[in-house]
Amino acid sequence: MIEVEGLTKFYGAFPAIQNLDFHARPGEIVGFLGPNGAGKTTTMRILTGYMPPTSGTARVAGFDVVDQSLEVRRRVGYLPETVPLYPEMTVFEYLAFMGALRRVPDLDDRIDEVLEQVAMLERSQSYIGNLSKGLRQRVGLAQALIHRPEVLILDEPTIGLDPAQIIEVRRIIQELGRERTVLLSTHILPEAQQICDRVLIINHGTIVAEDTPGNLQAQLAGAERLTVVAAATTPELTRMLEAIPGVTGIRAGARDGEVEVATAPGKDLRPLVARRVVEAGVDLLELRSVGISLEQIFLQLTREENDAQAGG
Amino acid sequence: MRNLWIIASREFRLYFVSPIAYALATMLYLILGGIFFINIYFGLQTGQISPDGRMVIGPMVTILLFAMPAITMRLLADEYRMGTMELLLTAPLRDWELVLGKWLGAYGFVAVVLAVTWVYPLILHRMTSPGIDQGTLLAAYLGLLLAVAAMLAIGVFVSALFRSPVAAFFVALGVMLGLWIVGGLSSGAGAGSQLAGYLSFVDHYYNNFYRGVLDLGDAVYFVSLTALALFLGTQVVQARRWR
Repeated sequence: MIEVEGLTKFYGAFPAIQNLDFHARPGEIVGFLGPNGAGKTTTMRILTGYMPPTSGTARVAGFDVVDQSLEVRRRVGYLPETVPLYPEMTVFEYLAFMGALRRVPDLDDRIDEVLEQVAMLERSQSYIGNLSKGLRQRVGLAQALIHRPEVLILDEPTIGLDPAQIIEVRRIIQELGRERTVLLSTHILPEAQQICDRVLIINHGTIVAEDTPGNLQAQLAGAERLTVVAAATTPELTRMLEAIPGVTGIRAGARDGEVEVATAPGKDLRPLVARRVVEAGVDLLELRSVGISLEQIFLQLTREENDAQAGG
Repeated sequence: MRNLWIIASREFRLYFVSPIAYALATMLYLILGGIFFINIYFGLQTGQISPDGRMVIGPMVTILLFAMPAITMRLLADEYRMGTMELLLTAPLRDWELVLGKWLGAYGFVAVVLAVTWVYPLILHRMTSPGIDQGTLLAAYLGLLLAVAAMLAIGVFVSALFRSPVAAFFVALGVMLGLWIVGGLSSGAGAGSQLAGYLSFVDHYYNNFYRGVLDLGDAVYFVSLTALALFLGTQVVQARRWR
């Protein structure tokens, strides 16, 4: 549904994105992760036909974004990061305007339907200028959905929302993602972890990793960590834990009696660690494995990339 | 073409909820009303002025010269400033439909404003015998509609260049004043004077239309200027996609 090959965009001499290759299938929610200025918005703007790439190709719903831009724009629903709205219009007028541009049949019924979907039906006659940020975000989402697009492109859809609104918008996106291709950018990593089937991590305009959140965690978990909580930490306990083959590091945890044990990947050392704690004459209160989070993966990848660029 | 009407009708309706548009219309009617009253009360009663429907058109052209940039300044500049351009340019809408639609919406609004000014010649016609020369009045208004079309097109083009409506206002005003005062250089016999005369807004309006003469060359001038400005506006919108 989205196929991108060698996509490059220069702003003057500055490369915003370089040689991007990725795809997204129907019924898939793909998260576009990256720090600010990584090239997420540029990529999305190219995919929505807002601006052409400097080189490379992108096809959306089978149409080229440059040569068949109008066909692409008919099939894409887009929510830009800034949620551009007309404050002097009512919600209904705004959706009627956008729906008319997109030739939506039975427009009045469709507006009611889409407003119900984003839980805004009772605010249809409110002026957009009087709405809160969260409600405006929903109006923006309704606009992106008004023409039943095959592909939804959402740039930071939950930014600036309160926690309840974030949960609600995520629920809507998950629902939409069942039958459409959704590409969403975010720098809220738990969000990507929670709602995306696949994530693309982009940094300095290039994709540095692409996989499901689970696979990324498995691949990149260079060091598993165990958290051990004992009744007390003694030098003897520390020495015995360090002596276990496969343990690569020990450090004190945040609480009294807590020790963080770093282990080599692929080895489950929990039984051995439990025995050593007991042998050290200390009561074991808690022992758990701490997986590496997407946040850590993200930082690791973007840091590696930055180091490589600085070095080379 | 349908998109053109959708854009135009939105812009047209927007003027009726815009304080700037109401302020401009009020200012225009107040000034014209004042001029009309003074002419009627002092000029006609003392026999110093002959009954002529154009007594409000002359000053109106000057007022419109300043009002048109205010009407057009936000048309595209505001879309860029508010970020709504991103929405419009990712909708299935051609760039020329957007530019032409904006111009058409503004033109519709100004046409309504101008239509109301017919009330002054109508009053004059009723007050005098045998009334005013309707043909001259019609030609003057027709020329005015063509001149306004060109002024609005220039305003739309300039509005596409900026994110700031204020900047768009001053630059559009500068361009229009330039086309206005260039007529002052057309009195000589050289090629430069001829060119100045051809470019002059004043010459093309006051020499014929205002005197009740319909001249094809003047109409072609205003239509060409309108088409050129709208074409350039479309090119600017397209070019800004590449930035």
